[in-house]
Amino acid sequence: MPSKALRVGAFYLVVIGLWALVARAEVWSPFLFPAPQGVWRALVRNVESGLLLEALQFSMLRLVVGYGISIAIGLALGFVIASWRYADETLGGVVLGLQSLPSITWLPMAVLWFGLSERAIIFVVLMGSTFSVAISARAGIRALPPLLVRAAGTLGATRWQLYRYVVLPGMIPAMVQGMKQGWSFAWRSLMAGELLFVSLGLGHLLNVGRDLNDINMVFAIMLVIVAVGVAVDRLIFGRAEAWVRERWGYAAG
Amino acid sequence: MTTVTTMTARAQPSVPTAPRGGERSPLLSLRGVSRRFRTRRQETLALDAVSLDVQAHEFVCIVGPSGCGKSTLLGVAAGIDTAFDGEALFEGQPIRGMARERAVVFQEPALFPWLNVRANVEFGLKLRGLSSAARRAASDAQLALVGLERFDRAYVHELSGGMKQRVQLARALAAEPHVLLMDEPFAALDAQTRDELQLELQSVWERIGTTVLFVTHNVREAAILGDRVVVMSPSPGRIKSVLPVDLPRPRLPDDYRVADLAAQIRAELASDGEREPRYAI
Ligand SMILES: Nc1ncnc2c1ncn2[C@@H]1O[C@H](COP(=O)(O)OP(=O)(O)OP(=O)(O)O)[C@@H](O)[C@H]1O
Ligand SMILES: [Mg+2]
Repeated sequence: MPSKALRVGAFYLVVIGLWALVARAEVWSPFLFPAPQGVWRALVRNVESGLLLEALQFSMLRLVVGYGISIAIGLALGFVIASWRYADETLGGVVLGLQSLPSITWLPMAVLWFGLSERAIIFVVLMGSTFSVAISARAGIRALPPLLVRAAGTLGATRWQLYRYVVLPGMIPAMVQGMKQGWSFAWRSLMAGELLFVSLGLGHLLNVGRDLNDINMVFAIMLVIVAVGVAVDRLIFGRAEAWVRERWGYAAG
Repeated sequence: MTTVTTMTARAQPSVPTAPRGGERSPLLSLRGVSRRFRTRRQETLALDAVSLDVQAHEFVCIVGPSGCGKSTLLGVAAGIDTAFDGEALFEGQPIRGMARERAVVFQEPALFPWLNVRANVEFGLKLRGLSSAARRAASDAQLALVGLERFDRAYVHELSGGMKQRVQLARALAAEPHVLLMDEPFAALDAQTRDELQLELQSVWERIGTTVLFVTHNVREAAILGDRVVVMSPSPGRIKSVLPVDLPRPRLPDDYRVADLAAQIRAELASDGEREPRYAI
């Protein structure tokens, strides 16, 4: 059996080859169904013009700000819900309800509140991931074995030390899952927001491609969006999950 | 760690056992402690006016059938359970909550999975703000004591059950407690590991002369380890009798005197309590 890289590489080569063949046969018009070479050229063109890099920067900045704030809010919300029963009965239900709301539906309200500004789009990103972070923070705290809390107590932990040295590290496995899910919601919300919104960014670049009737460009940008999503998933969350597995063993999933 | 090294290490007991019934005030003193659990369906009197004094440097074993209140008693002594009636004193002060002076070795391996073995052992010292050099020196000593120096960087899920209990013991000892409260620490282990850890615990205890309150429902274990064996009876949880043990240490599991004593404890457990209970404390 050849190495994994070879096997996977062969798969993509075959897919691209088939794609090229179908495009060559011109089953559909080249204005609707691009060829791989055309998409590649569009990608190179957008990289060289600096447009793609600029759009990426804008998108990533929004994401980092929105996602970062959502982690802080989600964590705080999770702590409150997990440690205060009345908050769980009330706020807990609200959080669950809002989590099921597709975050792009916040956009009209955000535009009314903040106008067509960065703040509006960051707000949508924020709403995308806050609630899943909060839900996993709560789950992580609730799942902490009481035995560990007692063990720390008999070793002399103060209340503050209990949070710092037991609750926070103990909730890491649940938080990694929650942050991964939150990230994917934030990323989807951002793309949706940028599509509906006249401002620079990857989603906006997709719109530009449509306006130019340039199917090659639309395909190229979509591929970039996929690549960013996969890269973050592998590089950041893949590593975090591996770290959790090393410490907790397979029991923590 | 082999049995052989354990036995040589144990050669000279450095601290004599406390004089029984002496004039000194006890380290740990339970006076008429009762603990009632109310659930929707029933009410349990887990402890019924239990009185027990433990002297400094003493090794006291508690035996009794399942559900007789052994863990409840230990929880009261540890300060984990504060909802009891009666008086629980430690070093003359009422017990109000958990404190590092009373370290606990739990029946289940209560180790922190996100920390490696060394960091688990150093946990209590870190809470006290000791420097990393001081922590390291302490954890080196404790890991050597329980024979785990080669596993200092392992994570909890990589350890066997016996190794986890050794780490718990090392962690408790590193906190330099005044009393060590142990709740059936070896119950989940195979007979051989259990024998080994019993010997190890005897040797550790003789070397550092700490005070131990040890819960078990294994009568042989109680006979091997205890200066006194407290026999409890269930529903309601009471102290049935207290047996002093005057066998020389080290006590080996196959010693006939240990076996005799174990039989005596077993008989005490089985007796129906018709006669006057001896609250000889
Ligand atoms: N949290 C609780 N709520 C209700 N009842 C309890 C609780 N904890 C203990 N009990 C009851 O108190 C009694 C004593 O329990 P305890 O755990 O002290 O027994 P034990 O002697 O340690 O038993 P074992 O040898 O099985 O560990 C039992 O009848 C148990 O059902
Ligand atoms: Mg018990």
